[in-house]
Amino acid sequence: MAAPCFFSRLWRAALALLALGSLAASQIEDQAKQFFRSGHTNNWAVLVCTSRFWFNYRHVANTLSVYRSVKRLGIPDSHIVLMLADDMACNARNPKPATVFSHKNMELNVYGDDVEVDYRSYEVTVENFLRVLTGRIPPSTPRSKRLLSDDRSNILIYMTGHGGNGFLKFQDSEEITNIELADAFEQMWQKRRYNELLFIIDTCQGASMYERFYSPNIMALASSQVGEDSLSHQPDPAIGVHLMDRYTFYVLEFLEEINPASQTNMNDLFQVCPKSLCVSTPGHRTDLFQRDPKHVLITDFFGSVRKVEITTETLSLQRDSQITESSYKEDRMDEELMEPLKYAEQLPVAQIIHQALLAEVWTLPSAPCGMLGSRSWPATFTGSVLQLVTSPVHVLSQSSELHKVQF
Amino acid sequence: MGSGGWETARAECGVGRGNLSGSACQGSGAAPPRPSVSAPQSAPVPSDVVRGKRAALFFAAVAILLGLPLWWKTTETYRAPLPYSQISALNALQLRLMVPVTVVFTRDSIPLDDQEKLPFTVVHEREIPLKYKMKIKCRFQKAYRRALDHEEEALSSGSVHEAEAMLAELKEQAEGSLTVYVISEYSSLLPQDMMSYIGPERTAVVRGIMHREAFNIIGRRIIQIAQAMSLTEDVLAAALADHLPEDKWSSDKRRPLKSSLGYEITFSLLNPDPKSHDVHWDIEGAVQHYVWPFLNALSAAGNFSVDSQILYYAMLGVNPRFDPTSFSYYLPMHSLPHVINPVESRLGSSAASLYPVLNFLLYVPELAHSPLYIQDMDGAPVATNAFHSPRWGGIMVYNIDPKAYNASELPVRVEVDMVQVMEVFLAQLRLLFGIAQPQVPPKCLLSGPKNEGLMTWELDQLLWARSVENLATATTTLTSLAQLLGKISNIVIKDDVASEVYRAVAAVQKAAEELASGHLSSAFVASQEAVTSSERAFFDPSLLHLLYFPDDQKFAIYIPLFLPMAVPILLSLVKIFLEMHKSWRKPEKID
Repeated sequence: MAAPCFFSRLWRAALALLALGSLAASQIEDQAKQFFRSGHTNNWAVLVCTSRFWFNYRHVANTLSVYRSVKRLGIPDSHIVLMLADDMACNARNPKPATVFSHKNMELNVYGDDVEVDYRSYEVTVENFLRVLTGRIPPSTPRSKRLLSDDRSNILIYMTGHGGNGFLKFQDSEEITNIELADAFEQMWQKRRYNELLFIIDTCQGASMYERFYSPNIMALASSQVGEDSLSHQPDPAIGVHLMDRYTFYVLEFLEEINPASQTNMNDLFQVCPKSLCVSTPGHRTDLFQRDPKHVLITDFFGSVRKVEITTETLSLQRDSQITESSYKEDRMDEELMEPLKYAEQLPVAQIIHQALLAEVWTLPSAPCGMLGSRSWPATFTGSVLQLVTSPVHVLSQSSELHKVQF
Repeated sequence: MGSGGWETARAECGVGRGNLSGSACQGSGAAPPRPSVSAPQSAPVPSDVVRGKRAALFFAAVAILLGLPLWWKTTETYRAPLPYSQISALNALQLRLMVPVTVVFTRDSIPLDDQEKLPFTVVHEREIPLKYKMKIKCRFQKAYRRALDHEEEALSSGSVHEAEAMLAELKEQAEGSLTVYVISEYSSLLPQDMMSYIGPERTAVVRGIMHREAFNIIGRRIIQIAQAMSLTEDVLAAALADHLPEDKWSSDKRRPLKSSLGYEITFSLLNPDPKSHDVHWDIEGAVQHYVWPFLNALSAAGNFSVDSQILYYAMLGVNPRFDPTSFSYYLPMHSLPHVINPVESRLGSSAASLYPVLNFLLYVPELAHSPLYIQDMDGAPVATNAFHSPRWGGIMVYNIDPKAYNASELPVRVEVDMVQVMEVFLAQLRLLFGIAQPQVPPKCLLSGPKNEGLMTWELDQLLWARSVENLATATTTLTSLAQLLGKISNIVIKDDVASEVYRAVAAVQKAAEELASGHLSSAFVASQEAVTSSERAFFDPSLLHLLYFPDDQKFAIYIPLFLPMAVPILLSLVKIFLEMHKSWRKPEKID
């Protein structure tokens, strides 16, 4: 009699222990997950292309491709500060005006019609860049040109252009040294303008730019070590220049597989572009970063995931019946005065607004940049003149809508 | 170049060289100097040598003693004097938050001999255990007194709400202060099982007790109530959430809006399917009737501006799923975070103003996806059909009554029920501001909410939290500025920046004083001024003047200027020193 009793008690005790143990384990696991999660609530991106002139086409294509990926993964335009010289799309030498391609055979036009450039042309200077980072901006600057990050923002900073050992060239006229950059990040840290920072640089000897960082919570990636050159990927015979740099090309291929809900971590990003593909040796620096890179999600920096809460409470308000009735009557009266509206069927508006990038063959855009902009290619010139002759009004109205480009 | 070498001085004027041309030294057409008495070229005249040495030493002395300090002083970065010691003293500031409580005893609430001890004041002070560098102490100053006649009359009326109404209209209470009325233990003003009552204005009612230790017992009850109505640890912890060391185990969901001078509130109606739904909403009336009273009650906390818009063909970024059991569509909870981003770019909130923007979206789902419900974690539809995101705003899904489709053809006219919508939006606004449900002590009756949706002492709680947060932010900004100036030597501090810093320090000190003496509104205003001044000083564009001009580039500029001048001076000094050294040695040799 005693034995089964004893065994049942033992069995029950064991079950209870197991349940407790699993509960504790899941609690610890939950807590551990929370511990390794980043504490950020919003994401910002600062994308800088530091070169101008036609032969630096690839730098603009680099930056625009990263801009597209970051937008696709969820960071809105209001949280992206894009600094470009923006002289490629409407350059006199561009055989396909109003486009910037990043793939050979003109597969992907990264310029599109919804690119929002915040600092363009001669506004891309070292001073403006440092002002954006540190926030010491004149009060008249519009909101889109500011980096309004706070202490819970994760910031992605991407820079590309021509660089050397310890400096980066800005538009062929000035340079920024690694010391200034490190000091700017320190100023950001002192004012708690970031939670975590990811710094990616694709220039020659890029690793020298992150050597001097000393503020916490910074992770840095570079396309080449000191003494090495970063090489470009592929020239396009029709356009005549190199379209992208190798490192950014492979990073973008990597990012194409990321969607806003993916769980890929930073260690995979470090493996992108090994020496066999990139010819230069990419480097990274994680000693200033507090979390382990394998717990850092790619979407922590490249995407923007909000924290949401279900609203469970409501207030109770008293109805003010008079007001609602009278306003309804007013609307009614307006409605009767106007003719009934009919909705036209010809525009699939929803499709137009939410289209993905169409991977079809490039066709002549209906509004060339500038009436006589494409001087170098007679075919496009006559094509544009013909278009102008046949439908001037159509062209003008479209050009005002579709293109935010100034030439 | 000013030659300091005595050797070259000799050569130029042709002394001792027998060189009759001497053209280097002569003016126009003057006769060349006759060669001196010592015709041989090599032997220098001792007096000339000494003069030469003196000249060299004088050059060197002027360059080193006068030139070097002058150059150093004129090229240093300009820094107006700042009160560094006061700034570091701010870190050790002791914040004492005083809540003046007036306790009014009616006739039968306490034993007679205790009644005779009135009036007197009791202070209850407690330190809030937060891991923050500033020590924060909560001080409840209870002033006990007897009830006046009109108060006795009011407190003997039928229900507690009437009593409250009568008491409230008599006098206006300052922000941050509380009044607690102690009634008899057996009074029928409160329901039988309730020991206390918290009213919408800054008043509360507590039952007394006929006991020897009446004052102690009642005092404890009063402290409980006063804490619920003004300062608890949670309120302060939420206010200082950004400054406390990261507690990884804490939930980061409750993040109230950061303190700011003003806020922009935008109401947007999203209609993705205008072909099927012709949606009208009386937003102006609703804002006038429900939103502005609430914002006016909150007006002490900042400037508010409200606008609204209607967006057509705005989709959510997520496809809802179909639930066959209820023939409705639903959005699972894990897809909610992805809803906001695609919509945000179309809201235009960044163009509105420089203040933080709160967006409230009302989404009317398309006919193909109606009705649309939001599911919580357990899969049950949410009653309010709404969710919010901290520091951003809220989204509510408004489903159209299916009966509206029966009669007419498309598009169906939809009149949005603004009361239902505003109930949810105002509740979300309260949550976003961090005004949570109060933690009432046990057996306490909480009065129903006022018309505006905000109780007066909830506003006080917000002001306390904001004042503490502002002081923490201002102190951190000033300390960071001081630390930065120490670390990076290239930052310029102009005079107006320095005056802003002085103003910020003075405002922090004033705010701390006002908090210690219990004047909440002036303390809040002073803390806001402290934050604005310190931010203006830190983010002044002139601080960046020399930042991109690092020290190692300065060498490249100074070397072509100073090297040609410095080399002859140094060489001559070296020569002088060697000669002197030799002349000292010589006597030794002879000896």
